[in-house]
Amino acid sequence: MSKIEVRNVSKLFGRIPALRDVNLTFEENRIYGLLGRNGAGKSTLLNLITNRLFPTEGSICVDGESVVENDRALSKIYGMSERPLYPPSMKVREVLYWSSQFYPDFDMAYARKLAESFQLPLEKKVSGLSTGYSSIYKIVVALSCNANFIFLDEPVLGLDANHRELFYKALVDNYASHPKTFVLSTHLIEEASDLLEHVIILKEGHVILDETTEQVLARGFTVSGPSAAVDAFTAGRRILGCDTLGGLKTAYLMENLQSATIPQGLEVSKMDLQKLFIHLTNV
Amino acid sequence: MQFNFQSDKPLYLQLAEGLEDAILSGAFPPDNQVPSTTEISVAYKINPATALKGVNLLVEEGVLYKKRGLGMFVSPGAAEAIIRKRRQAFYEAFVLPLVQEAEKLKIPIEETLNMIERGFEHEQN
Repeated sequence: MSKIEVRNVSKLFGRIPALRDVNLTFEENRIYGLLGRNGAGKSTLLNLITNRLFPTEGSICVDGESVVENDRALSKIYGMSERPLYPPSMKVREVLYWSSQFYPDFDMAYARKLAESFQLPLEKKVSGLSTGYSSIYKIVVALSCNANFIFLDEPVLGLDANHRELFYKALVDNYASHPKTFVLSTHLIEEASDLLEHVIILKEGHVILDETTEQVLARGFTVSGPSAAVDAFTAGRRILGCDTLGGLKTAYLMENLQSATIPQGLEVSKMDLQKLFIHLTNV
Repeated sequence: MQFNFQSDKPLYLQLAEGLEDAILSGAFPPDNQVPSTTEISVAYKINPATALKGVNLLVEEGVLYKKRGLGMFVSPGAAEAIIRKRRQAFYEAFVLPLVQEAEKLKIPIEETLNMIERGFEHEQN
């Protein structure tokens, strides 16, 4: 079983902590969602895992080997970054070629096919691509490299609705036909939530949630009704937030209510992942 | 197949119900192959594990059967089995909520029954 272990990792930029005592394990052949608001530390974590940054404290290992300056460990990981990492004068075709030199299982035929379905121009310089196509050429490399662990930082940035749909479908197809681990970092939670088997939420550099999507969704509920009745029912429960509208109150709970008896007059419904995320990460 | 992704039901149950509806509608006749979990997960952009869970539920219930190396097929008595199961759930899933709503709106029993009859007439025309 291949896995990435992040142990007691902290990262300071000067005196400012970006990550604090992060412990995570990424298992083989799963689709993770790495969620967090802007500045929560998602990209920092990704850059540490791919050895673009060094942790201030702690260690990151792939199959027991540290990722620091370790080509063998790093060849098992692909990290798609939001920021450009290739020389600006490089053509898309050259990016594909050099990626195939580093990743032994890179599938060039698949890469060309995928590029064609997105109508990605291979002869264009990467610096001349639009925001959407800058995401697309990195998606093509990520899905073609066949590393065990693929980290995608904001993969749908700038993509139109058609291309996002194409991307999600290509991702599922790729995962089903060549199982590997995907870690998806995205702000478009609603679109991606049905793909995710496991959810990690970062807030201000801390991991505040690390569970399977099923476990998370089983505990998110909204309770609404007359304020007094809602208050009576939710007293002593874990309340993430509330909305009021006149005498009507809606409480957002992080607690399993599956076996609770719901008093008459109260409406209880499930919360979706995006709503849960919003209430968990509100300041 | 239509999914209501806003629904309170877990996705794998919605998927299983969607497949059942497709069988009831005749879209997947007995002994015909149903789409693979990969095809389903790509088409609906859902995790293949979720698709597998939904399909496996129908295998457990005898609605679908596996042919080794070939895929999933519709069991000969699938439609009848689905109808039996859904009839059992009909009272709780549809009648009780209807009665609760009628009480909330203070609609008398007689009028509720009349409306049900009207609904049947509407369907028949």
